[in-house]
Amino acid sequence: MPITIDSALGNHPQALTLRSQRAEVLAANLANADTPNYKARDIDFKSVLSTAQNSLSSAGAALPLAADNAAHIQPLASQSQAELLYRNPSQPSVDGNTVDSQVEYTEFARNALQYQASLTFLSGNIKMLLTAIRGD
Amino acid sequence: MTLFSVFDIAGSGMSAQSLRLNTTSSNLANAESVSSSVDSTYRARHPVFAAIMNARAQDQAATGVQVLGIVESQAPLRTSYAPDNPLADAEGYIHMPNVNVVEEMANMISASRSYQSNVEVVNTSKQLLLRTLALGQ
Repeated sequence: MPITIDSALGNHPQALTLRSQRAEVLAANLANADTPNYKARDIDFKSVLSTAQNSLSSAGAALPLAADNAAHIQPLASQSQAELLYRNPSQPSVDGNTVDSQVEYTEFARNALQYQASLTFLSGNIKMLLTAIRGD
Repeated sequence: MTLFSVFDIAGSGMSAQSLRLNTTSSNLANAESVSSSVDSTYRARHPVFAAIMNARAQDQAATGVQVLGIVESQAPLRTSYAPDNPLADAEGYIHMPNVNVVEEMANMISASRSYQSNVEVVNTSKQLLLRTLALGQ
């Protein structure tokens, strides 16, 4: 089995994309912490990542793009659009807002830490590839 | 790169909260501005926030917050009998704004806390982006 850069990096590139999407959603929740009738949103990271992985493993096998020229390249796994869900509020406000700033902020901090964890794994993988390439 | 749009989102939150702080300070500064007629009396002002929704997709996340406008409070004005006041009307009454100082102080604290959390979001995103740029070095 040939080792491609994609397989060496694992699912961390997709995880980073999803983490940054989730950071955007959480930042929008925090920005709208005082907006009447705003409903807090979030994405289910686990299910979206597994969908992205499935589409990655089946990409090229299910419906490959026709490549009739040597310069044509196969696309990467299609970026799955994360499905946005609504958060269940523990204590909704009278104005219809369901943002709990503390919850959103802890989720944002957790998401940022997990993003950094993915970055650390990714840079370890890159160092490993570099060591293999240089052979020293 | 979606992390860059976090800056726009948090920036819109910061500008909305600073406008709220602005109206609060205006209300507090004019809390005791008396006047001789009902029409010329200062009324408490409050901003109206609304989420900016993404126009491209129907079920998309909000992409920030905007201020739709500023409304004047409809609460009744305070009227008191003060014939000595140079601004008193013909019957000796002065009209004072309907600013609730306690409410404004609570508003101010809420606005400054929300502003702070937006600043923290910007700082965290900046760190994440810088670490991403340093990837593989």
